[in-house]
Amino acid sequence: MLACAVVRPWGRPEAVVAVPAAGLLVGTGAITLDHARAEAVRLGPVAGFLAAVLVLAQLCDDEGLFRACGAWMARAATGRPYALLGWVFATASVITAVLSLDATVVLLTPVVFATAARLGARPKPHVYACTHLSNTASLLLPVSNLTNLLAFAASGLSFTRFASLMALPWAVTIGVEYVVLRRFFRTDLGAGAAGAGAAGTQAPQVPVFTLVTLVCTLGGFVITSALGVSPAWAAAAGALVLACRALAQRRTTAFAIARAAAVPFLAFVLALGIVVRAVIDNGLGPALAHLVPGGTGLPALLGVAALAAVLANVINNLPAVLVLLPLTTPSGAGAVLAVLLGVNIGPNLTYAGSLATLLWRRIVREHDTDVDLGEFTRLGLLTVPAALVLAVMALWAALHVIGG
Amino acid sequence: MTVIVWIVEGTWPACVDAARAHTPEGADVVLLHVTAHDIPGAAHGAYAGMLGRGHPERDPGTRLEDMAARSARELLRAAADRLGRDCTRIERIGRIEREVVAAAEGADLLVVARDGDRTHLGPKSLGPASRFVVDHAPCPVLLVWPEPAPGIATIPPPPPHPPHPPHPPHHR
Repeated sequence: MLACAVVRPWGRPEAVVAVPAAGLLVGTGAITLDHARAEAVRLGPVAGFLAAVLVLAQLCDDEGLFRACGAWMARAATGRPYALLGWVFATASVITAVLSLDATVVLLTPVVFATAARLGARPKPHVYACTHLSNTASLLLPVSNLTNLLAFAASGLSFTRFASLMALPWAVTIGVEYVVLRRFFRTDLGAGAAGAGAAGTQAPQVPVFTLVTLVCTLGGFVITSALGVSPAWAAAAGALVLACRALAQRRTTAFAIARAAAVPFLAFVLALGIVVRAVIDNGLGPALAHLVPGGTGLPALLGVAALAAVLANVINNLPAVLVLLPLTTPSGAGAVLAVLLGVNIGPNLTYAGSLATLLWRRIVREHDTDVDLGEFTRLGLLTVPAALVLAVMALWAALHVIGG
Repeated sequence: MTVIVWIVEGTWPACVDAARAHTPEGADVVLLHVTAHDIPGAAHGAYAGMLGRGHPERDPGTRLEDMAARSARELLRAAADRLGRDCTRIERIGRIEREVVAAAEGADLLVVARDGDRTHLGPKSLGPASRFVVDHAPCPVLLVWPEPAPGIATIPPPPPHPPHPPHPPHHR
């Protein structure tokens, strides 16, 4: 199924394969109906939360938030590629944390490329920064990554507690990425920038309403979590406000919004959850249970994070987190968050998980494009182990100071 | 006389100026830009890594390919304007250093800018790609500084003389 998800036969969404696969497993009794239902009940709210965040990000793009980010970066960094890298780091870290990694990969990366090109700077360091930060900067909030949403639901942490425990690991990881990328791309960054720059371009239109809505949504996350209500409602309210305004001003259509909610993706997540549960029930769970260290001491957290990172690279971080959550939840929130460090930082070593990468390389070769994984992997080897170890130590410190 | 001018973001104006200053008026000037294949590749990979998203049309790598092509065209147009002579423009996609070497085959001159550490005279003033091109160029190379070259005082002092090795015994 993983193979099909990567190859995407006939260009259909992955759900076309995943949903029948889940149905088949239920039908053949590989997973009991109770377990399948429990999985669907557990993942349903997660999928809803995810849909709200995806819609929010798309509406922010429609309102010009990402274009404005590009214009701000261009103004702040004209002629100075090193400054541009700093701004790209700041922007990509915040966008990933607040609007999820999808927003950074799909919406921000092209804007960053265009900004670098407009400034006449070499785009490579900035594009690589976006792809790396879409993973590593997604540690901060439950909404930053689907893996976080899954772990958040399992951990029993409140939104603010999750964020306060992950703040230090998030900052440390971004710091490691910055130091390494700055040095790794010193030739490209040192080449300077001889472009038109921001001169002659209009001052960016600040999408004030969108920004205020986003800040209110973030405030809503804090308030709902204090009241014991699911923060998904805050995300839904933010998306609803922007959607109503965009619809009233005829800037978007109901169809476009429904499309942004990515229903096939949500179905894929539910189906994947059921398939993974079936695999766990049929032997993978007990097999892996021996490998998962118990407790929340520093060595145990390092072990859990390393295992999660390896699994994220062998398969992919989404199935990896689904497999590891049931095994680590009994050890407490610290272990669950260590899993997240592994599955969120780990993928920078191999794009999509090595199995998926192998399949993907084959597809790319069929399309007659030569892809050089050497440099990407070298950069991953320089960042991932260091970021992982330091992030786990930061998490361990945060658990001691704030308490799990 | 065919002159290949390698146009790279950041350092290209020096190459164009050098081509104008050091080649005869009638020379056949070719402005060459190579787009690194791995930049859209990184975006393709990041999207492929997000399992389950479907929608191949949302793949940012495809948008980056289009944007890279457009940006290369604009860069070459700016370079041609600065040159102010008739010239040919060539855009290639692939491994930058190898594409440049391949394009230079049979040329009479290749103009390359230093793009490494430019605070000192020395081998580090060439980045990895330009180092490869200079080392493997199949034609004469004109290597220029993007800005005035640093003074020769930036060359580190020679190491102290090692003590004289003992004279080998004479053999008759």
